[in-house]
Amino acid sequence: MILSIWSLFIGVIDVDLSGLLSGNLEQLEIFLISRLPRLLAILCTGVGMSVAGLIMQQLCMNKFVSPTTGATISSAQFGILLALLFMPNSTLWGRALFAFAAAILGTWIFVWFIQRIQFKDVVMVPLVGIMFGNVIGGITNYLAYQFDMTQALSSWLVGHFSLVVRGRFELVYLAVPLVILAFVFANHFNIVGMGKDFSRNLGVPYNLVLFAGLSIAAMITASVVVVVGSISYIGLIVPNVVAMFKGDRIRGTLVDTALFGAVFVLVCDMIARTVIAPYELPIELIVGIIGSILFVGLLFYRLRHGRKAVRLGAAHAGGCAAPIAQAERGDGV
Amino acid sequence: MKVTELTKQYDGKTVVDSVSFEIPKGKVLSLIGPNGAGKSTVMGIISRLIARDAGLVDFEGQDISRWKSKELSKRLAILTQSNQIQMKLTVRELVAFGRFPYSGGRITAEDEAIIDQAITYMELDEMQDRFIDELSGGQRQRAMIAMVIAQDTEFVLLDEPTNNLDIYHATNMMKIVRRLCDELGKTVILVLHEINYAAFYSDYICAFADGKIAKFGTVKEVMTRQTLSQIYKVDFEIMEIEGKPLSIYY
Repeated sequence: MILSIWSLFIGVIDVDLSGLLSGNLEQLEIFLISRLPRLLAILCTGVGMSVAGLIMQQLCMNKFVSPTTGATISSAQFGILLALLFMPNSTLWGRALFAFAAAILGTWIFVWFIQRIQFKDVVMVPLVGIMFGNVIGGITNYLAYQFDMTQALSSWLVGHFSLVVRGRFELVYLAVPLVILAFVFANHFNIVGMGKDFSRNLGVPYNLVLFAGLSIAAMITASVVVVVGSISYIGLIVPNVVAMFKGDRIRGTLVDTALFGAVFVLVCDMIARTVIAPYELPIELIVGIIGSILFVGLLFYRLRHGRKAVRLGAAHAGGCAAPIAQAERGDGV
Repeated sequence: MKVTELTKQYDGKTVVDSVSFEIPKGKVLSLIGPNGAGKSTVMGIISRLIARDAGLVDFEGQDISRWKSKELSKRLAILTQSNQIQMKLTVRELVAFGRFPYSGGRITAEDEAIIDQAITYMELDEMQDRFIDELSGGQRQRAMIAMVIAQDTEFVLLDEPTNNLDIYHATNMMKIVRRLCDELGKTVILVLHEINYAAFYSDYICAFADGKIAKFGTVKEVMTRQTLSQIYKVDFEIMEIEGKPLSIYY
């Protein structure tokens, strides 16, 4: 906690220092128009993406599901493309609406799909998600080529904060009320994450909470994608790392996850801006590099430590909620 | 609780065929029978986890489907085999979920006291802050029972609670079941594979075969050579130990 506040402060100072370069009067202006929005956008992105990932992992009972591996990001991009195609003059909010709808729909389809097919292996679920995401991404790219939109689209394909200035980023604030909403329903998500029977037993409407939760996660993701573009891995890495130390009770981990997510993105952004200063790399690049290394490490960790759990819950492991019908049929065999 | 003419089909195959029985209050009732006889399905239907195709489940004067899920969860608790938790929750956090129907996410001081009691009752005090995925199968099962105790329901339904447990833990589990009934006054309904556990620890047995009730009665009434051979289609001998009929099959 203290570390993260300290780190936030460092971030502000860093921004402030770079603002100093442009003289005294202009400094304030730049600070307000560009640096501050950028910082806020970074924080919202980190918080939003990691919380979205946390919700998705809980609801799908799979540690490898996230906005990236659950087709949410690519669906949101697809939505943006549709908005660009059909309403070329659409405002940021118009595009956001499309992105919201597409992200929610894409995530629902993915979850519906993995619920239908009971995977025996935990790793299969994200693989299917990545495939599904790539299919959507392929369609997006194809359409973009067809209509000469690749240039316009590319800014949403690779996440970066360099275009975040006042008037262009406010949408990302939407993540804040959604995260609060997630906190309010944290226990519901936890219970649904324990399975269909478990939640029915406690009188929690399984499907309602599942889809409401996924919608929240999808909307958070979409609001980030619309403003900064796709930023992968955060939704995957951050909740996992936090869960390793803090456990899976959402009420207990949500704040840590959010803070860690914010710090992670902030650090990546600082690296992105300093590595080839005065130019800057897209943050997606940095996050991608660090994220994929961590992801591989995580895979090994999970596979080594998860083996016991996989064996014990062989009939259900990996699948997103096992319908009791399945168990009953197993009984009949 | 009274069940009338319950029927359930899967893909055109009838798995539960007009089953009717009444659950005696404050007793332990075991549902036994070969695989696919429909006992788990019946359990699922009377706990509203599975939708039935026909029939009635009367719970306290009202059909089970007309109960509000939240209200029902204060009266009836079910543990199924699919409760394989892969989540990193502490024992205490899990038990606290039992209070969810009462106080939602906000645990009151009263809830805390009930959670404490449940943990102590299941002798989990020392491991209440450990993560469930670090526990043994028997300990985990006890944590689940503690959650059900915290849920404070009159009816407790357990689907194969001894599954995957060794003899020591399985026997302890059955003793716990008996205590739930004798000490806490709960009505316990179990699905069991192990006939002798059913015979030794329950008051009533409901034996299923081919989706129908083959025999419903007290332990002594059901545990006969003839009935059991008919249901399981193997030879049985019945012996008496501590005044209870136990079976040997070969």
